[in-house]
Amino acid sequence: MGNKTIRVRNLSRVEGEGALYVRVRGGRLEEVELNIFEPPRFFEAFLRGRSFAEVPDLTARICGICPVAYQMSSCQALEAALGLEVVGPLRELRRLLYCGEWIESHALHIYFLHAPDFLGYPDAVRLAQDQPELVRQALRLKKTGNQLMTLLGGREIHPVNVKVGGFYRVPRKAELLAMRERLEQAREIAYQTVRFTGQLDFPDFEPDYTFVSLRQEGEYPILQGRVVSSRGLDIAVPEFERHFHEEHVAHSNALHCTLEGQPYLVGPLARYSLNSQRLPASVQAAAREAGLKPVCRNPFQSIVVRAVETLYACEEALRIIGEYEEPDAPSLKAEPKAGVGWGASEAPRGILYHRYRVDEQGLVREAQIVPPTSQNQKMIEADLRRMVAANLELPEPELTLRCEQTIRNYDPCISCATHFLRLEIEHV
Amino acid sequence: MRLKTQKPRLAVWKFASCDGCQLSILDCEDELLELAGVVEIANFLEASSAVSPGPYDLSLVEGSITTPHDAKRIQAVRRNSKFLVTLGACATSGGIQALRNFADVGEFARVVYAHPEYIHALTRSSPISEHVRVDFELRGCPVSKAQLLEVVSAYLNGRKPNIPGHSVCLECKARGTPCVMVAGGIPCLGPVTQAGCGAICPAYQRGCYACFGPQESPNPPSLSRWWTRLGVDEAAQQRAFRSFNAGAESFSKEAARHGQ
Repeated sequence: MGNKTIRVRNLSRVEGEGALYVRVRGGRLEEVELNIFEPPRFFEAFLRGRSFAEVPDLTARICGICPVAYQMSSCQALEAALGLEVVGPLRELRRLLYCGEWIESHALHIYFLHAPDFLGYPDAVRLAQDQPELVRQALRLKKTGNQLMTLLGGREIHPVNVKVGGFYRVPRKAELLAMRERLEQAREIAYQTVRFTGQLDFPDFEPDYTFVSLRQEGEYPILQGRVVSSRGLDIAVPEFERHFHEEHVAHSNALHCTLEGQPYLVGPLARYSLNSQRLPASVQAAAREAGLKPVCRNPFQSIVVRAVETLYACEEALRIIGEYEEPDAPSLKAEPKAGVGWGASEAPRGILYHRYRVDEQGLVREAQIVPPTSQNQKMIEADLRRMVAANLELPEPELTLRCEQTIRNYDPCISCATHFLRLEIEHV
Repeated sequence: MRLKTQKPRLAVWKFASCDGCQLSILDCEDELLELAGVVEIANFLEASSAVSPGPYDLSLVEGSITTPHDAKRIQAVRRNSKFLVTLGACATSGGIQALRNFADVGEFARVVYAHPEYIHALTRSSPISEHVRVDFELRGCPVSKAQLLEVVSAYLNGRKPNIPGHSVCLECKARGTPCVMVAGGIPCLGPVTQAGCGAICPAYQRGCYACFGPQESPNPPSLSRWWTRLGVDEAAQQRAFRSFNAGAESFSKEAARHGQ
């Protein structure tokens, strides 16, 4: 290895912008830093003094790709503070709305952000020139997710229909049934997506991750559950901050989160590996056909796991639509009351934790939000270290591409975590 | 090697934002491939790793200016763009992050970060038009896909975009939604807010919360009297005008009127 410098200044196909710095000296890897320069927007600061009723509309604006996740974690935390629990058809409708977001977000990542790496294209539009039907199907799948969000939320980005206690308006059974045929078609496309992604080439790369996800008896985790890890952690959401700690490092505007001081992984790989047996048999069978075992440790295969979760989200949406009975009221009555509440849900990228303290007038006094990408940031750096150390002999363009792909495996949402992702590999 | 094409060159830029407005481009599922057929997508980092240098025929800019670095970057975007259109509330009025304009940013940074000294943020979140000349400002949090396609097609065809500046009330009438404020007693910002969303909120049994910002001739003090009659206190009225378009002049003035 001679002395050389590799710089890729703009990491693309991620949501938001940031930078990666890699320093290799004398053939040895010295330093890996994932820099997140997304300008801070100070949500936790300006939420103070806002009414609890305004919070779901405000926190949605943290992320245009997963606004429902922010709305759901906010609502559940605030409902806990106000002593409410949303159950029955209202809970089912929330899960249905969330299925729409999983379908839309996963379809976007699988086909638009991730697959181009495996197929050697810069983007899905150029992929469409050679494989138009593949991209058209992807767009149909994504559109179905968006339609589900539009039906339940009023629009796909920053839905307007979510409130603390439930919804402003709930759909009639007939409105949901009108989605059935499109969802059945989406389920078929999702199944084809599982088969397609299963046939991609994956590098041998299986770190011994600590997986963390929610777990709920009887269902695959989306809306709520206990926080569990692959190393035996099993806690209720209010205990989260006793085990997980955020730290602020100089090179990033996103806080790094650790579990008992160690990096850990959240998101599809963790959710699947900790809950694959909670998937319906038909979805488990599709996963097996695509070459997935019940535990998946290869982050490059996260594209297959996202496809499996998309198939599940279609399946689950169809179940909810079939069983839906219109509730008596669109929401529970939420009255101001002093208290503290905790909420966590599974955003497409992993656990999203919220805590709020509200006063007797229902105004937020304190807000704490831990997004999935800040939880994964340390693990992304660890993966990059392993990847670079094992592939120092690769030609520069290939090594650089491999690094970018290692980051995209995580579907990082830098807008959530906090923007200019610049990749620099420096050989000193 | 990139072949020289005659297609107009489109660029998409992000500043402080949630990514939702640029996602709206990818959410045009029925039109995306057609759009990609008539323009060269020359810079769209969220969607493509193929990036080619300017000049660009049309730049779509999402997000507000909140750091010294971004204040410089937007100048370069303007220099390289024939037309520059801002997308959404952040780029057009400073966005929700402009709430810092009414607070102490140093204190904000201390609330969120353990080492506020690592944070490089301007004291204000400002719209793009405060920094460079803007050819058109598209409203919304997020923008409407139909309006986005209209603006892109207008600039590609050398005509003025057809984007009405009237209030949300007209959209409720067109949609046949009974007035939630008059008939339901629900506080609604529709009368002072620009149309474009399709009057979604009233159709979902709630008041408009002004994500498209002020309409062309708003009368917020008159609306505030209505809200007072509906029992909304001063603090809540101030908060209502301090949201996604808090930086828009008529909204910030009205919020100030409602005092502390």
